[in-house]
Amino acid sequence: MRKCELTSLDKVFEKISSLSSLYLPVHQKNGAEFKKWEKGVKMSDALNTNRSAKDFFFPQAENLMEFKTEGKNIEVIDTRKENEDFVLFGVKACDVKSFEILDRVFLVDPVDTFYKARREKGVIISLACNRPSETCFCSSFGIDASNPEGDISSWMDDTNIYFKANTEKGEKLLSSLSDVTKECDDSSADNQKQKIKEILNKLPLKDLDLSEFGKDKTEKFFDAPQWKELSDTCLGCGTCTFVCPTCQCYDIKDFKTNDGVIRFRCWDSCMYSDFTKMAHGNSRLTQLERFRQRFMHKLVYYPTNNDGLFSCVGCGRCLSKCPISMNIVKVMKALGGKQDARQ
Amino acid sequence: MQKITQKMLIDKAVSLLDNGTVTKVLGWMEGQFKYDVSPFVFKSKEALEKGFVFNHFCGANVSKYLVKETKKDEGKILVFLKPCDTYSFSQLVTENRIKKENVYVVGIPCDGMMDISKVKEISGDGIIDIEFKDDKINVKTLYDGDKEINANDALLERCSNCKSKKCVYYDELMGENGEVSDSNRFDEVEKLEKMSEEERFNFWQNELSRCIRCNACRDVCPACTCEKCVFDNPKSGVENKAIADSFEEKMFHIIRAFHVAGRCTDCGECSRVCPQNIPLHLLNRKFIKDINSFYGDYQAGEEIGNRAPLVDYTLDDIEPNEGVMKGDEEDA
Repeated sequence: MRKCELTSLDKVFEKISSLSSLYLPVHQKNGAEFKKWEKGVKMSDALNTNRSAKDFFFPQAENLMEFKTEGKNIEVIDTRKENEDFVLFGVKACDVKSFEILDRVFLVDPVDTFYKARREKGVIISLACNRPSETCFCSSFGIDASNPEGDISSWMDDTNIYFKANTEKGEKLLSSLSDVTKECDDSSADNQKQKIKEILNKLPLKDLDLSEFGKDKTEKFFDAPQWKELSDTCLGCGTCTFVCPTCQCYDIKDFKTNDGVIRFRCWDSCMYSDFTKMAHGNSRLTQLERFRQRFMHKLVYYPTNNDGLFSCVGCGRCLSKCPISMNIVKVMKALGGKQDARQ
Repeated sequence: MQKITQKMLIDKAVSLLDNGTVTKVLGWMEGQFKYDVSPFVFKSKEALEKGFVFNHFCGANVSKYLVKETKKDEGKILVFLKPCDTYSFSQLVTENRIKKENVYVVGIPCDGMMDISKVKEISGDGIIDIEFKDDKINVKTLYDGDKEINANDALLERCSNCKSKKCVYYDELMGENGEVSDSNRFDEVEKLEKMSEEERFNFWQNELSRCIRCNACRDVCPACTCEKCVFDNPKSGVENKAIADSFEEKMFHIIRAFHVAGRCTDCGECSRVCPQNIPLHLLNRKFIKDINSFYGDYQAGEEIGNRAPLVDYTLDDIEPNEGVMKGDEEDA
């Protein structure tokens, strides 16, 4: 383990950014967002960023290829550019876990080479959560906010930041920081972990019960009467899906240019009325069906296809951003049968 | 002034359900943290007693839900409307979007609703409980102990610039009706008008470039009630789920502002729900201010059946070129 005094943290940032682009949470008008570090940029002390870190691997919109036409010939152009090496600093345990969930979608056969290229170029430095919010429930999904994963894990107390490398990529980066960090034992970081664990134990959503959900529970919940009440006042906007670190649906579209087509993809939302629209029309005609799709995907379908792994990480973004405050926790409580949506 | 309590609203709803005046009640459902209430249609006394909530966080304007609810063949619906919600209601009735005969409106006074993000700026994060006392709340937090916060110190933007405390439509009123307020709601617009074109462009570029096209502003807007929005229709040629370039999000918001011009009551829901905190209400307020200055003061939703200046020709109407000149003078 290595450490650095908080007053010298800028030296660490300076060193990292001399090796590759460094992105970290920076205070913006609308809360913290990941921004590129330059001299003078201060890291935000907000618990988490407004938008999730998935944007770095799976951006909201990207061009896939171009077609140019000349007479009867069509030329297919690969428009990919070399991706930059980058370091993401200050990623919280929930968002780190979301990368594993996205990997299981994009890196299985057929591999999404656009995603893979960015994933390979990125080094993740996670940061333990000193002040989790009441909306946090990552522990329900087996995520430990006091001990985040990532290529390098870090902990911050009042005076120092502590780094521990977990992967080969992490070892390599941490060893390049040897002149701005010092060797230390684990005791201070362990102390901080302990403090965080005590806080996690006081969070109001810590006892969220997931035992009813998971693999092969489709029939149990698909026709549950609760969906009607839960979805009744859903506006059908895409806020929950777009702030979600694990939502991974996208649409592929063609943009006509003067002499061809640019094919791009962009995030899609199962909450939208034209989601998965096909030649025959839409497969989910009502908001109830679209609403159900989102939560069944997180709690049942994804675990069924991925060894029981849920595709929610409990980051709480949908809890604080939904215009009508309807969210996965209320859904779980209502469907779990132990409490209804009103509690 | 008589204070309207949650219990009074529940009692009112229960009695109207019991005597058969209504079959369902549109209100707010309790959440998990006191501040995260959800609009909800209650269908029984038991449901009301279990979950109906009325507190400082019932900012959601529920009038738009009546478009859907009054189309159902389920009898009359009781709705509790705050003063600003009644403007949306009468505008929707004027536009023939709500079947008025299927609604029983109870107007309720409002001293302004709170914004949880402003509360958190004062109290800090980690809210484990909130106690309500008249015009104050007591916030218990994990990290910074208890904080007593005056409701007025953490109001939603639209409430700190409240345009009216008067319910403009109701079948029944609880408490006393208020007055149209002397609001400063155009101050921010004037600041923007005073900017140079470049400064103003940069302001909006900076704000709108944060847009993630979640459509929450449109979906919550009581003036946006098209059955199929042009931006959702693949055949329209302008449908788009994501920002294709930096012009895209400006197109969306400006077109939307034009579309609701003269019909927007300035309910402020667009800004309340924006996950990126874009001050969208300023676009609408600019239109309202311009309409006021071109055609005389006009408040959408003030009275059922009112014709907006933009759809009501009179011989005195300002000529288009005069409007442009007047606009230029004001901008200068």
